[in-house]
Amino acid sequence: MTAQATQGTASQRLTIARSMATAIAGEMRADERVVVMGEDIAALGGVFGNCQGLLDEFGAERVRDTPISETAFIGAAVGMASVGLRPIVELMFVDFFGVCMDAIYNLAAKNCYFSGGQTPIPMVLMTSVGGGYGDAGQHSQCLYGTFAHLPGMKVVVPSDAYDAKGLLVAAIRDPNPVVFMYHKALQGMGWLGTEKGTVVDVPDDSYTVDLGKAAIKRPGSDVSLVGFGRTLHVALAAADALAMEGVSAEVIDLRSLVPLDKETLLGSVQKTGRMVVIDDDYLSFGVSGELIATVCDGAFSSLRAAPARIAHPDVPIPFSPSLERPLLPNVEQVVAAARQQMETR
Amino acid sequence: MAIEKDVHHWMLRKMLLSRRFEEAIKAAYMEGKSPRFNMADGPIPGEMHLSNGQEPCAVGVCAHLTDHDVVTATHRPHHIAIAKGVDLKGMAAEIFGKTTGLSGGRGGHMHLFDQAVNFSCSGIIGEGMGPAVGAALGRRLAGDEGIAVSFIGEGAANQGAFHESLNLAAVWNVGVVFVIEDNAWGISVSKRSSTAVASNAERAVAYGMPGVRVEGNDPEAIYSAAGEAVERARSGGGPSLLELSTVRLEGHFMGDAEQYRPREEMDGLSQNDPIPRYSESLAERGLLSAEDQENMEREAQDAVDEAMAYARESALPEVHEAYQCVFA
Ligand SMILES: Cc1ncc(C[n+]2csc(CCOP(=O)(O)OP(=O)(O)O)c2C)c(N)n1
Repeated sequence: MTAQATQGTASQRLTIARSMATAIAGEMRADERVVVMGEDIAALGGVFGNCQGLLDEFGAERVRDTPISETAFIGAAVGMASVGLRPIVELMFVDFFGVCMDAIYNLAAKNCYFSGGQTPIPMVLMTSVGGGYGDAGQHSQCLYGTFAHLPGMKVVVPSDAYDAKGLLVAAIRDPNPVVFMYHKALQGMGWLGTEKGTVVDVPDDSYTVDLGKAAIKRPGSDVSLVGFGRTLHVALAAADALAMEGVSAEVIDLRSLVPLDKETLLGSVQKTGRMVVIDDDYLSFGVSGELIATVCDGAFSSLRAAPARIAHPDVPIPFSPSLERPLLPNVEQVVAAARQQMETR
Repeated sequence: MAIEKDVHHWMLRKMLLSRRFEEAIKAAYMEGKSPRFNMADGPIPGEMHLSNGQEPCAVGVCAHLTDHDVVTATHRPHHIAIAKGVDLKGMAAEIFGKTTGLSGGRGGHMHLFDQAVNFSCSGIIGEGMGPAVGAALGRRLAGDEGIAVSFIGEGAANQGAFHESLNLAAVWNVGVVFVIEDNAWGISVSKRSSTAVASNAERAVAYGMPGVRVEGNDPEAIYSAAGEAVERARSGGGPSLLELSTVRLEGHFMGDAEQYRPREEMDGLSQNDPIPRYSESLAERGLLSAEDQENMEREAQDAVDEAMAYARESALPEVHEAYQCVFA
């Protein structure tokens, strides 16, 4: 499951917020080129807790609060990376990408290519995603597909604290820009609720989870449920419900969108012949369509039913809880889709 | 500029209305969120940015505006919406996510739209500035006297949109007033540590427009400075920039423990409330009788009670409503 053996080391149960801070602190201790910056990450420790304690340990030179100037400071991260630093930069909510996307997709993602490989950009862009708590359509989007669409950046989405640390350490050490998208519903901040399955044992020592490697979270034989981030937990709950009906669901956690672990995905569908993708990003032109295309390309002859997808409908995320919550992918929808798949032999 | 008594009364009435409204919203926001604070719970979920303390900025500027003038506001919009005359019942219902809300519950507290009085707001920092420039041009091309006002926080003056919008407004010479509400904090980051100049009004020089900083969080001083800027905009004299010193009496949003804020500053907040300061000053000058004040208090409370009851009694929208209005 992990690139490095972690057995025998001490561990603690951590939230994703804590495990991210631990990952960053470990890398900052080991490598003085690692610096972190963003809005409210120093004294406040990050609105979503992922930089707690860093200012105290590493000081204001390496842990920088920025003005509300995303174009400038994400552009600055590209410049820092191109002269040998290893910047970790935070875009507080992914929804704010509109004010700074140029620095992300035209610089961070393309400089390696434009320079013929002379100037790789080893930087991490951390950004919070997701809703479900009434923050409306400029503070609740996932936009996985938007980022994964653009060549030149890796994109990872942890679903628990173990993977969050391992993926973040791997991202910091990677020679490429990595977009680290952490879901607010999983972050373990009390004020945003806490998805129980995210708080797990996390080794104290640094370790990596390979970028581009999915995990089979639960083996099964009848249908593959594919999720990541929050939807992994929806998939796991759906698998529990399906088991009561005698349906054996295999649950896959993608963990990385770019690179995509096609091998694990295709292997699972070749075994089960059925797939339900769950994505809380918008339905059209996104990750769910990409996964289905991947399966149609690589495992068509194994399919016993048309692959299904559950995703956020193509409307901006509404504020009112009576509108917002029913639109989020839920367990009932996944169970119903899996059941329907089981009807075709 | 001598200020008429009825203008004083209008400003105080709006300030009281805003304050009573936010007190009611604050209490409702906490319902269902205690003992354990979870933003998702209760009748009003999501982030809640209160504007208590900043009322003078809203009334001092909006006192010069008509319904036809366009205002864009921020994630901290209630005081400005109220001063601009946004329908209070529709606004309360929107904040509760009800189908009778200004936008049928689709927008919520950070996305209040009332086309009838040309008010809108938005949650991305600096985002309302470009639209204000465009709206001001639209009014001019239509040949009328309408202008636009863009409210932002001091943190937004470090956003690219600020600089681009000031330049564009100056190049087009449109009737727009940029109003910075300087509460000294952008969430946990102080203005001092994030801004290259002490007064953002100085930045106006770079765009060839007048820039004025107003100290004191005083409705009268703001009214005077805004009066000149609005007059300039209306008469074809072009854009201006105002930076108004003000105070954030609450956390950035509800639930903010504000540990980053110096103790002395926190302790001083209760002495720093602009509303009693203003009403006492009016009373001392014989511009406000005890009876006037009582009436204003009662009117404000009645209007708020009515709006809150309307919001609470209204129905939540049905799921199919989520699919409406994506396109015109
Ligand atoms: C482009 C963008 N970056 C960051 C944020 C997150 N954010 C919301 S409010 C805020 C602070 C704004 O400070 P200021 O403009 O001074 O307004 P105040 O909150 O003090 O009213 C920040 C950083 C955002 N909404 N949009």
